[in-house]
Amino acid sequence: MIYRFTCIVCPLGCSIEVEVDDGEVKEVRGCTCPRGKEWAVQEVTNPKRVVISVVRVDGGALPTVSVKTAEPIPKEKIPELMSYLAKIKLKAPIKIGEVVAEWKGIKIVATRGA
Amino acid sequence: MFPRIPMLNYDVVVIGGGPAGMAAAIRAKELGLKVLLLDENDYLGGILPQCIHPGFGLHYFREELTGPEFASRLAKRLVELGVQYKTASRVLEITNYSDLEKVVIFTSPSGAYQAWTKAIIYTAGARERHAFEIGIIGDRVSGIYTAGEAQTLMDIYGILPGKDVVIVGSGDVGLIMARRFALEGAKVKAVIELMPYPGGLARNVMILRDFNIPLYLSHKVVEVRGKGRVERVKVMKVDENLREIPGSEFWIDADTLVVSAGLVPSVKKLKRIGVEIDPSTGGPVVNDRLETNVPGIFVAGNSLLINDLVDYVAEQGELAAEGAREFIENGGIESRKWVKVEKGENVRLLAPHYLSGDKDVYLYLRVAKPMENAELRIPEVGKEIKLPVVKPAEMLRLSLKAEEIKKAGETLTVEVVKV
Ligand SMILES: Cc1cc2nc3c(=O)[nH]c(=O)nc-3n(C[C@H](O)[C@H](O)[C@H](O)COP(=O)(O)OP(=O)(O)OC[C@H]3O[C@@H](n4cnc5c(N)ncnc54)[C@H](O)[C@@H]3O)c2cc1C
Ligand code: SF4
Repeated sequence: MIYRFTCIVCPLGCSIEVEVDDGEVKEVRGCTCPRGKEWAVQEVTNPKRVVISVVRVDGGALPTVSVKTAEPIPKEKIPELMSYLAKIKLKAPIKIGEVVAEWKGIKIVATRGA
Repeated sequence: MFPRIPMLNYDVVVIGGGPAGMAAAIRAKELGLKVLLLDENDYLGGILPQCIHPGFGLHYFREELTGPEFASRLAKRLVELGVQYKTASRVLEITNYSDLEKVVIFTSPSGAYQAWTKAIIYTAGARERHAFEIGIIGDRVSGIYTAGEAQTLMDIYGILPGKDVVIVGSGDVGLIMARRFALEGAKVKAVIELMPYPGGLARNVMILRDFNIPLYLSHKVVEVRGKGRVERVKVMKVDENLREIPGSEFWIDADTLVVSAGLVPSVKKLKRIGVEIDPSTGGPVVNDRLETNVPGIFVAGNSLLINDLVDYVAEQGELAAEGAREFIENGGIESRKWVKVEKGENVRLLAPHYLSGDKDVYLYLRVAKPMENAELRIPEVGKEIKLPVVKPAEMLRLSLKAEEIKKAGETLTVEVVKV
């Protein structure tokens, strides 16, 4: 099985091919740097994403603050995290960069103030 | 002339407080100019506060930020420098009395003002195309949004606009909205793209795979039906000339249609004072100071041409501010023999349009068609740059040295050809 991606680690956007056989990575072609290679291998073995969303907030100028996870989380965990974020409610004031919640050891960081 | 409207006096008035305007105001202040920044929103940042996804600032701040984070960095610098700005202040009119006398009329919560200024930097961004502009007909129903409207509802106000969504347009904005809807638990039934290839950056096209969202290339939404609210949309396949293929229609049940059919520079106020518009960018014709044909009126960001990277938007803002300083110091940008930049093969649009040859510049351009193993060429100066892939969705930024520009005669032609 050959997976084809455009590398998204940096703006050069190399076209990468990863050859996988029996769940094992055989060869990575097309990347021009080790960071891209590492990303491509992870993308086929354990894809992760930084999750972005908004969380309700009371008493701020806007009714929400935007948030992100401090680190990428495994793709299959995303729905669970989203339903957690939908339930919580924060109180203003909130500063940009503040850790507003923690979910299973993952820090949730505000990307907008309130 | 306006006896009851209080008068203010500035070197530069910057119209629009998005990234282009903030970067321009910061640079103008750093250069010692008396500057006023105006925005009609209640907050600075333009569209950035609602663009909550990462992907901003890799060039400008050398790290990846979300839209609100990028905006807050610029806002912090603005405040540190003591740049004067007014939010909730809408510019109604610009008048150009003479090269160094311009008036900006604006309303604000404390009333109407007229700001007299030597130069204007116009950074009012772009507007979104609506459903009716792309030929979608049908019932007058609720549930039809532009991508920006849907984004404001979700990411500023926390309201999910609908549950079963069809998205028109596979550009970055459409794809990013597809992800937001999917993350929030809505069903994205389809992304419909007129062209035979996806419009967005590769990393955003990946979103479709992440959420198993079907992408229909060479298709268009032609009709919307429903009673009060969208109930279904009609989709048709198009041929290579983008003509609808009879008999290809099918319906998708949906309660929401999100139209992401591109942006158009907002330049109405500029047209009124005689600024010449380039039909291919939709923005003004400018020289390498980003000055329009009306002396002392500069333009940057999405009002100049639609940018996909905020980094270039901020860079254009700074450049316009430097142009404004030169203009004010010398009582005008010296007239000279400008080298005209012409669009050659597979170049759909470009800016700036006129180069002086006395400074290094960046040319911003988009190709008309995707191409592999391409080469960007400027035959007049013997420049050749290999490009493995070019796509209309990805703006190209080409650096040209003053010495190279000097080698050209009256014109310089940029072409992107297959090797
Ligand atoms: C959904 C979406 C996703 C994007 N994603 C990315 C990304 O991942 N990475 C990236 O680098 N770039 C991205 N961009 C592009 C980038 O955000 C834009 O290019 C940039 O914001 C344009 O900045 P601007 O200052 O020209 O315009 P804007 O941000 O639109 O700001 C214009 C400002 O002018 C004000 N204004 C207009 N008219 C008036 C008036 N008459 N009086 C007073 N004020 C006025 C408006 O209120 C607004 O605040 C994205 C864009 C969109 C739409
Ligand atoms: S492989 Fe390396 S150089 Fe190529 S896009 Fe990825 S990170 Fe950039």
